[in-house]
Amino acid sequence: MSEEFKVEIVNPEKSFLVKDDVSEVVVPAFEGEMGILKDHISIISFLKPGIIKILSKSGDENYYVEDGIVEFKNNNLSILTSTIFNLADMDKSKQQDLLKQAEEEANKTDINDQSKYLADQKVEVLKTLN
Amino acid sequence: MASLDDLKKRIASVKSTQKITKAMKMVAAAKLRRAQENAEKGRPYSEKMNNVILNLSNGISDKENAPKLLSGTGEEKTHLCVVMTSDRGLCGGFNSNIIKKAKSYFVKILDEGKELKIITVGSKGNDQLKRVYGDKIIENISFKESKNANYFDADKVGKMVIEKFEAGEFDVCTIFYNQFKNVITQIPQAQQIIPLNNEGEENSSEESYEFEPDEDEILSNLLPKNISTQIFKAMLENSASEQGSRMSAMDNATRNAGEMVDKLTIEYNRSRQAAITKELIEIISGAESL
Repeated sequence: MSEEFKVEIVNPEKSFLVKDDVSEVVVPAFEGEMGILKDHISIISFLKPGIIKILSKSGDENYYVEDGIVEFKNNNLSILTSTIFNLADMDKSKQQDLLKQAEEEANKTDINDQSKYLADQKVEVLKTLN
Repeated sequence: MASLDDLKKRIASVKSTQKITKAMKMVAAAKLRRAQENAEKGRPYSEKMNNVILNLSNGISDKENAPKLLSGTGEEKTHLCVVMTSDRGLCGGFNSNIIKKAKSYFVKILDEGKELKIITVGSKGNDQLKRVYGDKIIENISFKESKNANYFDADKVGKMVIEKFEAGEFDVCTIFYNQFKNVITQIPQAQQIIPLNNEGEENSSEESYEFEPDEDEILSNLLPKNISTQIFKAMLENSASEQGSRMSAMDNATRNAGEMVDKLTIEYNRSRQAAITKELIEIISGAESL
């Protein structure tokens, strides 16, 4: 029996990625990274800024996301996100831009704890990329 | 009867109008295809979002303490209406249809003695509404500078709506937009987004989900996003509808101009012949009298 399942990433503009030969997906869930394998229990969770790793036979892919929701059901993984970038297409200057934005946001004083936490997360993740 | 010269001028002017409407039709057709594609591409996201929320709200155990965005404030005193129209004119009944729908809703609200607040998106809606409901309009947003509907703009509107909701400025929020059915038909829609209206859509799957973190927290995170998503969906549908509506309006205009040119040409030819005949008669009768 194959150990593969289907993953679909959609953003508001379009269906970003559809793959049906995925063996494992690691998502940055809100309470820590979460690896999803085939026959995982149905789950809904949301994402914090981080890297989505998609492992499949045809090669691994990494995506940077800032937010989103994951839903896993009947071996279908749907990831809804408004900001997503393929790390392979992302060059240094783009990363720097995002980092700068995130740092600015993190340094604002008038934001609440949660957005502060999210901004800090962004900075952290983006720094590790560089 | 208009002189030959006048007729000639009129024909020329109608012809040049026809050229413009024809060009506009072509542009609208090209844009329509793109807008339609965008609207179709955007559908999976809002559908999935809806599904997840439906699953979540079914799974929620404590209905009393459900987030306010889902269950409402418990009152229905103040209504906020987000009327989404285009920034450009010359698109047939597109804007007036939305306005008509919105106005009939406004009348109903006001008749019931409830308070009304309006946010207009797009300048045409604002132009039409400010005469009668000027004092009710609290915000007017227009995205003239952005070429296509994008999520960033929708998010701005969404955030504003949520901010106002949290400040207790309204209890019920409805958005008005045109749903794109096909090029000739666009259906004006009134969609209630706060509190979320999902009656009648009982989810058949009894599958239980695991939630991480718990339902309430996910919901309170998800619902604001859903607002933006719904607004974005409305914007996409609207832009497709606008182009479709403009295309058929311009198509009609081009056809009408063509008919007019034909009619004027016949009239022109008739009067030209009449003039010739008259001259001939004059010459012949002049020759006979000699």
